[in-house]
Amino acid sequence: MGEEHYLELCESPVQFEHASNVNNVFFDEANKQVFAVRSGGATGVVVKGPEDKSSVAFRMDDKGEVKCIKFSIGNKILAVQRTSKSVDFINFIPDYPHTEFTQECKTKNASVLGFCWTNWNEIVFITDQGIEFYQVFPDKRSLKLLKSQSINVNWYQYCPETAVILLSTTVQGNILQPFAFRNGTMSKMSKFEIELPVVPKPAKLSLSERDIAMATMEGACKKSHVLKLNTTGKFALNIVDNLVVVHHQSSQTSLIFDIKLKDPDCAVNTHQPVLPARSIHPYRIPLSGVGDRSVKLPPTVNLLQDKGKLMDFLLRRRDCKMVILSVCSQILEGGEKGSLPVVATVFDKLNQVYKEYLEAEQTYTVAMESGPSRGSAAQKRPVRTQAVIDQSDMYTHVLSSFTERKGVSHKFIIAVLMEYIRSLNQFQITVQHYLYELVIKTLVQHNLFYMLHQFLQYHVLSDSKPLACLLLSLESTYPPAHQLSLDMLKRLSTANDEIVEVLLSKQQVLGALRFIRSVGGHDNVSARKFLDAAQQTGDQMLFYTVFRSFQQRNQRLRGSPNFNPGEHCEEHVVHFKQLFGDQALMKPSTV
Amino acid sequence: MASGMQEKQYTPSLLSFFVYNPTFGPREGEEEKKILFYHPSDVEKNEKIRNVGLCEAIVQFTRTFCPTKPAKSLHTQKNRQFFFEPEDNFWIVMVVRNPMIEKPNKDGKPPTVEYQEEEILDTVYGAVVRECYSMYKLFNGTFGRAMEAGGVELLIQKLEKFFYRYLQTLHLQSCDLLDVFGGISFFPLDKMTYLKIQSFVNRVEESLDLIKYTAFLYNDQLIWSGLEQDDMRILYKYLTTSLFPRHSEPELAGRDSPLRPEVAGNLLHYGRFLTGPTNLKDPEAKFRFPKIFVSTDDGYEELHLIVYKVRQTSVELTRDFCEQLDGLVGPQLTLLASDICEQFTINRRISGPDKEPQFKFIYFNHMNLAEKSTIHMRKTASVCLTSVHPDLMKILGDINCDFARVDEDEEIIVKAMTDYWVVGKKSDQRELYVILNQKNANLIEVNEEVKRLCATQFNNIFFLD
Repeated sequence: MGEEHYLELCESPVQFEHASNVNNVFFDEANKQVFAVRSGGATGVVVKGPEDKSSVAFRMDDKGEVKCIKFSIGNKILAVQRTSKSVDFINFIPDYPHTEFTQECKTKNASVLGFCWTNWNEIVFITDQGIEFYQVFPDKRSLKLLKSQSINVNWYQYCPETAVILLSTTVQGNILQPFAFRNGTMSKMSKFEIELPVVPKPAKLSLSERDIAMATMEGACKKSHVLKLNTTGKFALNIVDNLVVVHHQSSQTSLIFDIKLKDPDCAVNTHQPVLPARSIHPYRIPLSGVGDRSVKLPPTVNLLQDKGKLMDFLLRRRDCKMVILSVCSQILEGGEKGSLPVVATVFDKLNQVYKEYLEAEQTYTVAMESGPSRGSAAQKRPVRTQAVIDQSDMYTHVLSSFTERKGVSHKFIIAVLMEYIRSLNQFQITVQHYLYELVIKTLVQHNLFYMLHQFLQYHVLSDSKPLACLLLSLESTYPPAHQLSLDMLKRLSTANDEIVEVLLSKQQVLGALRFIRSVGGHDNVSARKFLDAAQQTGDQMLFYTVFRSFQQRNQRLRGSPNFNPGEHCEEHVVHFKQLFGDQALMKPSTV
Repeated sequence: MASGMQEKQYTPSLLSFFVYNPTFGPREGEEEKKILFYHPSDVEKNEKIRNVGLCEAIVQFTRTFCPTKPAKSLHTQKNRQFFFEPEDNFWIVMVVRNPMIEKPNKDGKPPTVEYQEEEILDTVYGAVVRECYSMYKLFNGTFGRAMEAGGVELLIQKLEKFFYRYLQTLHLQSCDLLDVFGGISFFPLDKMTYLKIQSFVNRVEESLDLIKYTAFLYNDQLIWSGLEQDDMRILYKYLTTSLFPRHSEPELAGRDSPLRPEVAGNLLHYGRFLTGPTNLKDPEAKFRFPKIFVSTDDGYEELHLIVYKVRQTSVELTRDFCEQLDGLVGPQLTLLASDICEQFTINRRISGPDKEPQFKFIYFNHMNLAEKSTIHMRKTASVCLTSVHPDLMKILGDINCDFARVDEDEEIIVKAMTDYWVVGKKSDQRELYVILNQKNANLIEVNEEVKRLCATQFNNIFFLD
């Protein structure tokens, strides 16, 4: 039985010749490039990046053992460190002189620990006595010191995304000093201390760079979080998709922590691994490989039993939509006993996120409409992440197929639909018509008309013209649907024409006439429509009444009982004369 | 005149009630076999046979005029007989004595009795007979079912057992229009609370397989029924006029507010069973629930009725088992009940304080059986109080008969003897009856008043003016 792996390397890892005494391998975290330097560069340097474009091969003179080698951003300038005093540069810009040039560090007796490119032409040297920030002029083949800072440094780490360098200072090395770089400026950030589990005596370096990992994570996490590893040994940290991944070297497994997932059993900020430890999906690598790790979501689904927690976990992941939807389908498919509360919890969690997005969207719309002048901070359009699962997602991917599945009890189907509608209502999200349609379709399929009636009676299915029309169409199988439909049209108060049509189609001509009069629309209705309906009933007295009523209207509106030619009532006048004679027609009043 | 010389008024009362099947004793001398049940039982055999024979003859005779619609009632000076054939050849007959006035005579002569032949309504008592049968059927299934199971003997036994008790609970003097409707009073509730109840009911049904259907009531008013309408109608009748009053009468002793104020109780007191065991902790408790019969697509199914109550909320659960139910339902239901109770209080605040309702009206919708009455006070097992004079109730009944005759929408306005105006409106499947007490009002003013009522009370339904 294959173990399920939830971590894997990206699909195309960078492959390179393995390190040997003639082949030195370097990895540049900033550009994600691997440098394979053969014989100090004399027999070739092969640079491979995550994309083919960033791969370069060249040769350089062997001037001693290479300690560190990195391209500036965009592969413009190559920096090579061979001694502890200086760094050499080679231009990779076409038409610029290719001869190497050298920069020694300014601080006397300092040795260079390493360097970091912070821009295409800006570089920081980190020495054991401080940092030096330079601008490189490739055309002049020289560097200019922009800024420097004296500070004792044990080791450093660089975070390329934010261009922050973290320096380890003091004897124990546990005071960390970050510096941020941007557009030629260097700013010192406030330092902080890492608590040591044991303070050694006499003091010695107790925190190494292997103990620290820098990463950018969404949202502000002010205080550090404690991750319970429950094991000892060497660890490496990685951040993937806002998850902290801790790789345990000796057991060759990785633990995943979601620092936003609150565990009620633990004190605040203490985290247990979300998932059981698993190794990274084995990948057959012919030579040696380095790659971006990514979290594979589908296997996590089976490893996390608590579906509510699973949703919390999934909702914070990048490519979560389809996984979430399939989890929903899975829960419904299982049809295990007692799954309704789980279904309810899951729906509530999804709708919470959905509602937050809708609200943000609305705030944005309102802000845009009120004009950009107001509110100094420019409103940003809210980003719709994959975690926003709306009604149409739910309908298309989960509910519509669920309701058609064979072998599921209709009771459960209806319960699930009602649960979804309840959840939407709870978050005050307007329910879309197609969900109501689904409910009605399911109820009608199973002859549960009384249930439908009760839902409508309590306005669980909100009023709308389409819904009223749908009800009308059910009248032949369930006669009370007619009344339900009319009530709904009445409540809408914008559907007076529809009500008249419904009544006329039922040959309730007088009812229609009374209704249109009660809402004050009598003066504008088409006489022809009413006369047609009255004539069709075959009830002569009814025809007489309706005819006279319109004659009176004509009299009142135009001072004459006659119909206008535009009203096309000629045939009705003829019919009236045939039935009751000329003299029965209302004569123009002679007042 | 001396005080002892006053007139004495007698209300309608039950004279006799019997069930027979003419095919069971077709030959002469076997007539007694036709009789399956006869109340009062102490009537002499020959008289029973005579009375049954008379009914048979009348039905047979009238059938010749209209084979599809045999006679439904027979009016005589002293009484009125109602005939009903619920199942093929099975007849139920109820004989009601007309109300009468006894006028004392001077000189020691026996008092003169004046029968008021026209005071009682066919529709009302016809409905009572039909309800008797429905109630029997709810607890016993059809007559035919008993015949199949154990022949005439079993049927006779079942009829005896059921009607002996049931007829004592018939209160013919207080039957009125509401008996004709046999409606259901629904509890007004906002969408969200309603959905929560739905969710609760679904969860209970999902986790307890044995539960087939659930009905949810609050304060004697229905909120949800999983049963079909016709079954719910009779079950509702049973619950609200028999089961609940029996259990709440001690609680409410001394109160007779028509609005039934909620009983102040603490929430820690969870629910209890109204049918079945009274105390679950009691090891001797008998876990027996009444059986009921409800219709299905193909015939009938037999279920157990479990009624569980938290304060004013009741849930009817069918089929048997308990502790699990108590554990699952109790706490959740208590929570829901307090939610609903809050709504109830809000509703009341909106509708104003406890004073007499502004309009006295009865509303009924044939489509969902929804009924609403501001005329009737609290129903108890023993009486159904109305706040208006029986004469007015009779007028309502008469208007209802008129409505039943035609399909079209109608409106009838009656000026009663006692300065009252009675208005009846029928729109599609809905009926509304309003009683107005405005001394010098004219027809137009009365019409305006009713319009006002419709605009405030019924603005969310399609009710033609």
